[in-house]
Amino acid sequence: MEFKTFVFYFLAVIMVVAALRVITVRNPVHAALFLVLTFFNAGGIWLLLQAEFLAITLVMVYVGAVMVLFLFVVMMLDINLDRIREGFWSYLPVGALVGVLMLIEMVMVLGGRYFGLDAMPAPPAAQAGFSNTRELGRVLYTDYVYPFELASLVLLVAMVAAVALTLRKRRGVKYIDPAEQVAVRREGRVELVKMAAEKE
Amino acid sequence: MNFVVPDFYPAAAEIFVAVMALVIMLASTFARGVRWLGYALTQLTLIAAAFVTIFTMQGEVSYTFSNLFVSDLMGQFLKLVIYFSMAVALLYGRGYLADRNIDKPEYYLLALLMTLGMMVMVTANHMLPMYIGLEMMSLALYTMVAFDRDSGRSTEAAMKYFVLGALASGLLLYGMSMVYGATGSLEFTGIAQAVYNQAANQTVLLFGLVFLVAGIAFKLGVVPFHMWVPDVYQGAPTAVTLVIATAPKLAAFAMAIRLLVWGLFDLAAQWQTMLMLIAVASIVLGNLAAIAQQNIKRMLAYSGISHMGFVVLGLLAGVVDGDRHFALNAYSSAMFYAVAYVIMSLASFGMVILLSRAGFEAENIDDFKGLNKRSPWFALMMMFVMFSMAGIPFFIGFFAKLSVLQAVVAAGYFWLAVVAVIMSVIGAFYYLRVVKVMYFDAPEDTSEIRAPAELRVLLSANGLAIAALGVAPQMLMSLCAYALLASL
Repeated sequence: MEFKTFVFYFLAVIMVVAALRVITVRNPVHAALFLVLTFFNAGGIWLLLQAEFLAITLVMVYVGAVMVLFLFVVMMLDINLDRIREGFWSYLPVGALVGVLMLIEMVMVLGGRYFGLDAMPAPPAAQAGFSNTRELGRVLYTDYVYPFELASLVLLVAMVAAVALTLRKRRGVKYIDPAEQVAVRREGRVELVKMAAEKE
Repeated sequence: MNFVVPDFYPAAAEIFVAVMALVIMLASTFARGVRWLGYALTQLTLIAAAFVTIFTMQGEVSYTFSNLFVSDLMGQFLKLVIYFSMAVALLYGRGYLADRNIDKPEYYLLALLMTLGMMVMVTANHMLPMYIGLEMMSLALYTMVAFDRDSGRSTEAAMKYFVLGALASGLLLYGMSMVYGATGSLEFTGIAQAVYNQAANQTVLLFGLVFLVAGIAFKLGVVPFHMWVPDVYQGAPTAVTLVIATAPKLAAFAMAIRLLVWGLFDLAAQWQTMLMLIAVASIVLGNLAAIAQQNIKRMLAYSGISHMGFVVLGLLAGVVDGDRHFALNAYSSAMFYAVAYVIMSLASFGMVILLSRAGFEAENIDDFKGLNKRSPWFALMMMFVMFSMAGIPFFIGFFAKLSVLQAVVAAGYFWLAVVAVIMSVIGAFYYLRVVKVMYFDAPEDTSEIRAPAELRVLLSANGLAIAALGVAPQMLMSLCAYALLASL
């Protein structure tokens, strides 16, 4: 066996097992950590495919940023696992039947017959000086500039949505804005009232 | 490195709406106190976008942004209907939202970005913008459903919609990746070329096709991907239900045309069989389940499922034994049906909004009791809508059903037409029940109908349009046929 093949199977096995553990472990923090492991191995497989930039981005963005944030959220929330697992056993027979059927069907199509090297020959290897990053950047800002800009708008939608759904002003809180307090002027607080002197 | 700056002219409307969305965001941030600003600017943008679309209209099909964007008459026509239905839906919903104190500029900003997402879907010539447009539309919609944060039901509906929508997006993406794997192209014209040359692996292609059809079916809301429809329609604030039930259906229709007809036309025999099952199941289940509903939003949701079944019926009658003569007629009848449904749907949910007021949702059929005594005019409008949806001559809904059935019979699926007609007759029961309740029952709630003048005027116009278009459906029909003729 070639060394590359060995590395592929090594990463793939860990990845599949980790992905399975994500949905089977009881502790949500462990599930998030297994997802990190899955991403990491996926990054490794992409490296084997000579997509260096994507592999590093996957690790940096997903593992470094998204999953860390996710872990924070999981730790903050008090998730009642027993309630989530309610009805698991009663749904299992039907779910498992459908799942296994789909799996068999998908293996029949996705197996080596249609996706093997005969059906889809490997592309010629890139030259030594080939830069993946550079090629990606070139098409991203030229041919694919339209979806690139649209993606930024999708992020804007997500941002507006998050703010609109979570930012709320509470009423009846005794919090005082320091800026307002500092900006107080005498006119705002003291009112001089002129009145005639009272005689007894 | 020979890159030519793309021609921005065909995409002028999209660029305009995107820029205006940013302008509205900034304007409503810096003028927080002016409550009407976000709404007014959004309406102005929609109207101006219609003018931009009309002025930059080109007769022939043109591509730009490295063939990722296509500008054709079908796209422009659908975009115009989308602006129209969004503008009407926002106008109807404004008073409703204000009563519930969720009349915020963010809502209108999201509605505008959602419009942009639909425009991108309608003009996509590539899987990538199609998917991004779909996500832009869906993300904005999920948020709008959850906009009433204090309502548990809205939050639940938004959660269901979000989880199922994400699953459907996943299915669609998986299908896209399979089609890409089989044909080596993400561009619809490139996919069509590869399929035509038989360069693609049939099995893999079909495998991908199944997932694509599933994704489209979810967005159209047809059986067996209809589970979200009644819950989301009922749970969402009625103003948002109005939005979900109208413009996104047109975008989903455009998605079906682009993916199936543009991209995979040579597999028509296969996807037509899938659509046939979907159409029959939707028409049967939609009409039967609607009978049992007491909640009018739920009833309209099931009726929407059966209406979308009719649209699918039109889509599946395009090719018979490799003969493509029926295509134009069939697809234009489906498009006419979708547009007619949008017009009827606007009026029906508009009526629900009209009868609702602060602290009261007119969402049960019983709330329509004795409407004739409270307001004979709006009872008449609601009767128009119900008759039209039931397919009673001579309203627009009748001609929509007729043209779809003609296309189906022409394609030789006589039994399909028979099933559709029988189910429509059964379906007429629940539409007529609303009419009966309005005219023959005593009102339970005798309070005066208080609604803004613009809602009353536009709703009346909407109701009258259903009748008027029923008298003269020819113009809209030939417009649909003409728009499609230039694009097929």
